[in-house]
Amino acid sequence: MDNQAHNEKQEYNITVYTENQIGLLNRIATIFSRRKLNIESLNTSPSEIEGIHRFTIVIHVTPEVVRKLAGQIEKQVEVLKVYYNTNDDVIWQEMALYKVPTEVIAEKALVERLLRVNGARVVVIRKDYTVFETTGHREETDNLIKVLQPFGLIEFVRSARIAIIKHSEGFNRKLREFEGREPHHDVVENEYLDRKAKGLYDVMYP
Amino acid sequence: MKEKQATELLDAKEATTITGAEALLLALIQEQVDTIFGYPGGAIMPIYDALYDYQDKLKHVLVRHEQGGIHAAQGFARSSGKVGVVFATSGPGATNLVTGLADALIDSTPLVCITGQVFAHLLGTDAFQEADVISISAPVTKWNYQVTDANEIPEVLAKAFHFAKSGRPGPVLIDIAKNAQLQKFEFKGYTPCSHVRSYRPKPIVRKEYIEQAAALINAAEKPFVLWGQGVILGSAEEEFKTFIEKAGIPSAWTIMGAGALPSDHPLNVGMLGMHGNYGPNVLTNECDVLIAIGMRFDDRVTGRLDKYAKQAKVIHLDIDPSEIDKNVKTTVPVWGDCKETLPALTELVEQKEHKEWLQKFKDYEQQEVDAVIREELFPTAGEMTMGEVIQHLNELTGGEAIIVTDVGQHQMVACRYAKLNHTRSNITSGGLGTMGFALPAAIGAKFGAPDRTVVAVMGDGGFQMTLQELGTIMQSGVDVKMLILNNQFLGMVRQWQELFHDRRYSFVDITSPDFVALASSYRIAGKSVNKREDLHEALNEMLTHKGSYLLEVMVTKENNVFPMVPQGSSVSEIRLK
Repeated sequence: MDNQAHNEKQEYNITVYTENQIGLLNRIATIFSRRKLNIESLNTSPSEIEGIHRFTIVIHVTPEVVRKLAGQIEKQVEVLKVYYNTNDDVIWQEMALYKVPTEVIAEKALVERLLRVNGARVVVIRKDYTVFETTGHREETDNLIKVLQPFGLIEFVRSARIAIIKHSEGFNRKLREFEGREPHHDVVENEYLDRKAKGLYDVMYP
Repeated sequence: MKEKQATELLDAKEATTITGAEALLLALIQEQVDTIFGYPGGAIMPIYDALYDYQDKLKHVLVRHEQGGIHAAQGFARSSGKVGVVFATSGPGATNLVTGLADALIDSTPLVCITGQVFAHLLGTDAFQEADVISISAPVTKWNYQVTDANEIPEVLAKAFHFAKSGRPGPVLIDIAKNAQLQKFEFKGYTPCSHVRSYRPKPIVRKEYIEQAAALINAAEKPFVLWGQGVILGSAEEEFKTFIEKAGIPSAWTIMGAGALPSDHPLNVGMLGMHGNYGPNVLTNECDVLIAIGMRFDDRVTGRLDKYAKQAKVIHLDIDPSEIDKNVKTTVPVWGDCKETLPALTELVEQKEHKEWLQKFKDYEQQEVDAVIREELFPTAGEMTMGEVIQHLNELTGGEAIIVTDVGQHQMVACRYAKLNHTRSNITSGGLGTMGFALPAAIGAKFGAPDRTVVAVMGDGGFQMTLQELGTIMQSGVDVKMLILNNQFLGMVRQWQELFHDRRYSFVDITSPDFVALASSYRIAGKSVNKREDLHEALNEMLTHKGSYLLEVMVTKENNVFPMVPQGSSVSEIRLK
């Protein structure tokens, strides 16, 4: 990889597995704010394992910066593991909700067709308004706003991004390794150094 | 009576009903804590009430300000290698700790700070002396936690000590709500913590990296070792010495690493960085293999990064993986505890001497002696210099004292010239550069190493930032030698204004009280000297005086510290004048 590509900013998905501890969100947030970096999107919710939370953080930075950020996050004593991936390495989705006057929908068949074309689904129908939802990438959810705007879109909301890492084997096995009193070899191993040795600093897989 | 009780409670097979406050003190006793620096207040009163019964086991030093308390705990930790413990109350008591926490985090000092907090049911109500200490202290602690139930205390304290002292050490803050301190609960004994699943203090040492590092070192013609405080924190001074002696590598230190190798060791070529020695800076850009051990390539050490050691292969030994490749790109990263990595490396390196290469350092040293050092340490006319004060101090202590420094010109001069025979003898605020650090840190250092002479070298500015701690000295009777090098200026800022701001001396002219009279009002002996012929005897009097002593030395007003790597310059562009 040439130097220039190495220093170009791009979108990264940072995945963080943590203990469920009050104040940890603040600790992680300050790692970004301290460097005056804007978090594009942040999702945190319980993972598939009880007591372990999973953060998905989207950030637009250089490979160099994301590597250092990941190192600083993993340094927090209540953080189990950090991965970072480019958009190509993950499957990601955002969910969006749209509130539209019901009378418009009822009167204009066109709208229903538009919604179907855009993969939207009805969540609630009331006399005064109808709520649709859709999931997809940013452009897709953005596009539906444009489509619905002429029909009196009342309210819109979009969730943070969630992302599944393509090469991930999940976190269950890893956690068992962490929990051992004599942690498993892979756990006390520095994956950063491995990546470095292979010249793969900017891409990390679990 | 209580002594027996403490042992009984800790050994008890069955649960005993005690308060959270008492459980906290039992945890401290179990962690071998013997000294606490603190200041009471409303929200920590139950702990102080319990402490009343444990005075024989836990010595409490009443400071005059919480900042003084935490700096004292830092000094204690740095001189003793143990965890420093601080007590402070909620609100202002806790916020006054922030500077010390930031200082301890950046300088990797193990601390456990206990702060009182308002009753849990009052949290978030803007209660009297309520501050959101957990949020405020998060970026300046290795870990922090708020206790609202007494049942949490034993486990949380065990974790606190584990985090503070293991891996890369750092400060931990435990905020305990008043109700948890008062609450009675079933105490089931105290078990120290040695494993937390999310925390990996110690990595496996990777043999292939040790091998690669050894191969680079064995092939090197001009290897150069830079060491930092990691050698001291890892108690690896002996392992370090054995390594450099076998490989015959000239070695230079960061300000935090000073003393890990005696000043007069033949391979000790001096100090790195902005005001470091000439040879180590210039030759950083000439060596072929740079071996960094337990140091973090601070900007004050590296100068301009894109012109830093570009010709060299870099080997970096550090216990903190986030330090590797943070500032300087490494060729071979050696992640691990240097107590383990150094012996592994020593085994694989060839016995060598690099005489010609070492001679280069000596040649540069001679240039530095001629251009700077002789005039600084042995002036014959004119006003006194800071360097000559340190030189006389060296003659009198023989390098046996602990030197605690504040921040500024005197700090650079003291660190450059102080003779240190032993490790844990240089205590300074290296990373944060906290003025006002020295006086309280010296108090703590003496408690941490009571058999050693502790000299606090300070400027007239820094001393005035925490001089209230003279009260702590008076009351505790601790023996601290205070040496104020008074140039009647905030000297380092003045130096920069002279060199980089056209001598526009903006607010650096600082007046001082009569320091000797001030000391005297605290029943502390003292003297002020302004003549060269009186200096040696005055220092001797300070060192031989029974008890604390304050000596003010009037030094030349507008002296500059040289050599100097100007900010934004490369280390090889170091200026001798």
